[in-house]
Amino acid sequence: MAEHEKITMAQAFNQALRDAMTADESVLVFGEDVGALGGVFRVTDGLTAEFGDARCFDTPLAESGIMGMAVGLAMNGMRPVVEMQFDAFAYPAFEQVVSHVAKMRNRTRGAVGLPITIRIPYAGGIGGVEHHCDSSEAYYVHTPGLTVVAPATVADAYTLMREAISSPDPVVVLEPKKLYWSKDEVDLDEAQPGIGRAVVRREGTDATLIAYGTSVPIALEAADAAATEGRSLQVVDVRSLVPFDDETVCAAVRSTGRAVVIAEAAGFASVSSEIVARVTERCFHHLAAPVRRVTGFDIPYPPPKLEHFHLPSVDRILDAVDTLQWDDV
Amino acid sequence: MSSLLPSEQPVQLLDPEGHRVEGAAHDFPSDDDMVRAHEALVVGRRINEQAYALVRQGRLAVYPSSHGQEACEVAAALVLGDQDWLFPTYRDVVSIVGRGVDPVETLVLLKGDWHCGYDPTEHHVAPQTTPLATQLIHAVGVAHAATLRGEDTVVMAMCGDGATSEGDFHEALNFAAVFKAPVIFFVQNNEYAISVPLARQSVAPSLAHKGVGYGMPGERVDGNDIAALLSVLGSAVESARSGGGPQLIEAHTYRMQAHTNADDATRYRPDDEVEAWRARDPLLRSEAYLTGRDLLTEERRAEIAANAEAVATAMRDGLMKDVEPDPQELFSNIYATPTPQLREQAAFLAEELTREDAH
Repeated sequence: MAEHEKITMAQAFNQALRDAMTADESVLVFGEDVGALGGVFRVTDGLTAEFGDARCFDTPLAESGIMGMAVGLAMNGMRPVVEMQFDAFAYPAFEQVVSHVAKMRNRTRGAVGLPITIRIPYAGGIGGVEHHCDSSEAYYVHTPGLTVVAPATVADAYTLMREAISSPDPVVVLEPKKLYWSKDEVDLDEAQPGIGRAVVRREGTDATLIAYGTSVPIALEAADAAATEGRSLQVVDVRSLVPFDDETVCAAVRSTGRAVVIAEAAGFASVSSEIVARVTERCFHHLAAPVRRVTGFDIPYPPPKLEHFHLPSVDRILDAVDTLQWDDV
Repeated sequence: MSSLLPSEQPVQLLDPEGHRVEGAAHDFPSDDDMVRAHEALVVGRRINEQAYALVRQGRLAVYPSSHGQEACEVAAALVLGDQDWLFPTYRDVVSIVGRGVDPVETLVLLKGDWHCGYDPTEHHVAPQTTPLATQLIHAVGVAHAATLRGEDTVVMAMCGDGATSEGDFHEALNFAAVFKAPVIFFVQNNEYAISVPLARQSVAPSLAHKGVGYGMPGERVDGNDIAALLSVLGSAVESARSGGGPQLIEAHTYRMQAHTNADDATRYRPDDEVEAWRARDPLLRSEAYLTGRDLLTEERRAEIAANAEAVATAMRDGLMKDVEPDPQELFSNIYATPTPQLREQAAFLAEELTREDAH
């Protein structure tokens, strides 16, 4: 791929899969509709044609079977990359993920590691019907043994997918559906920070917005809007939910003394609540105000015509920033 | 498609008195195989008895015994080659030992020192599983990986009658059939899933009939007849090895003891039902057969008993040893490289233990 070509996030994921399959013959891609169709989001487009049906293949329509088969393939020398098609369609595979994918290294005292990549198109904002828009990250991050990443940029889509596939451990890649068609000029060969590192996307001095996946572009937009009102907001892209980069996130919060965490998922017992807890435990004396959150409501994902009431918005973020006790220093 | 259907009655080569069944369609195992299998049966029975005793002595937390099912356990291991894989459940200790795994390592799970006590890659034995059917689909993956590499590995995937109601049982059979994976699904139908009888799991004519729905041959075998098991499982393995695809084998057997020693079987099954199965003991059957053919001299019998006793003694001695598990191991194999958070937690525990030592 030529340098600085403008590509979509879906194309970046596709290129990562292609390059990983070229680099390592043990990489196998499989799931539902990933073959001839190239995936419902076209992320596996052309892989069967290029690598053959033994390397990129459709399976019967059964997510637990897909995940369990990945376990066996990985036990016997392969690097499976499985697609779950939609967030809520991954739930039938949950037992396999929690009881086997995540625990095999631990159960076997390190004798059997499972280098499995679990691709999950996640979250909403696309007008999807029910069971197609869940932010299911909390289930995975709560499961020891899983690494969980949520890229928000085209460059990160490529880097984090390559890192996921080369990891010796299972990695859940949460692919933000809403951002699949976002475009960027990127040099895919340019090294990005790896799994486990958060990144400051925008420097700022007044308060820190902490976001991941679908929420990062909204946080950046909010920071732009705040700048026009004379407020300088820093934006941290968490990228890697597990392992979590306490160092970068806490350094950012300490530098501003105020923070808002933004996530689309329901807020109760969530990634956003974990971030608030960690920041509060570690940065308490640097904080000028309680850490606030802008999250989805604690409701099932709404129908398309109501989803905009549920999703974090620029206005809600700016309102939250306004409540950070600016006059009470 | 009638060729996919199992036989009307479970295949039997030896009747309960140890006489060969006339006119059986399946090949009878060689004398050597029968003697070898009998020796393994005696060892298997001794392991079950010893493990049961170790629970009473508090050395094992619990033991789900395969007493009465040893013929299934022994045959499943004997029909495999070194390159093949076994996917056992929690009741398959005797099969695991049959693959060459140290009984002490096999029982680590029940002793409580760790989860899986052996390296699965050493003897190609997957960790024992307690969720009933999840391992069956792993077996398909292991088999498919071997097929992709052009290896002739066969995988023996074990489960019980209760597991055939789990979703993963069906997904595993379907995946195996679609990918023509060399997997033998071996169901030990011992009539009970803890307390629930087979009639509450399925109203299919037999569990082996379930293969038909996936386009997979099914067969039924007398699960207390070591000769029939070696023959039926052996030919299924050879068929799978030569590209014939998966098969579903149901062995009809009986769990002579409670689900585990923590269970009370008298609450759900009558004693006379259990008594009726004593006459069908797999060891009595193979011993009667071999004795009738003069293949089991007094000397050989004594040798076999001494060997089983040696296995039991080594097992008892090994499990009597108190191994102090290292608390730091709690953190060392969650990921290949511990996360910063796990390193913090490991340090916290280490510091806490140092403080306790100081007091």
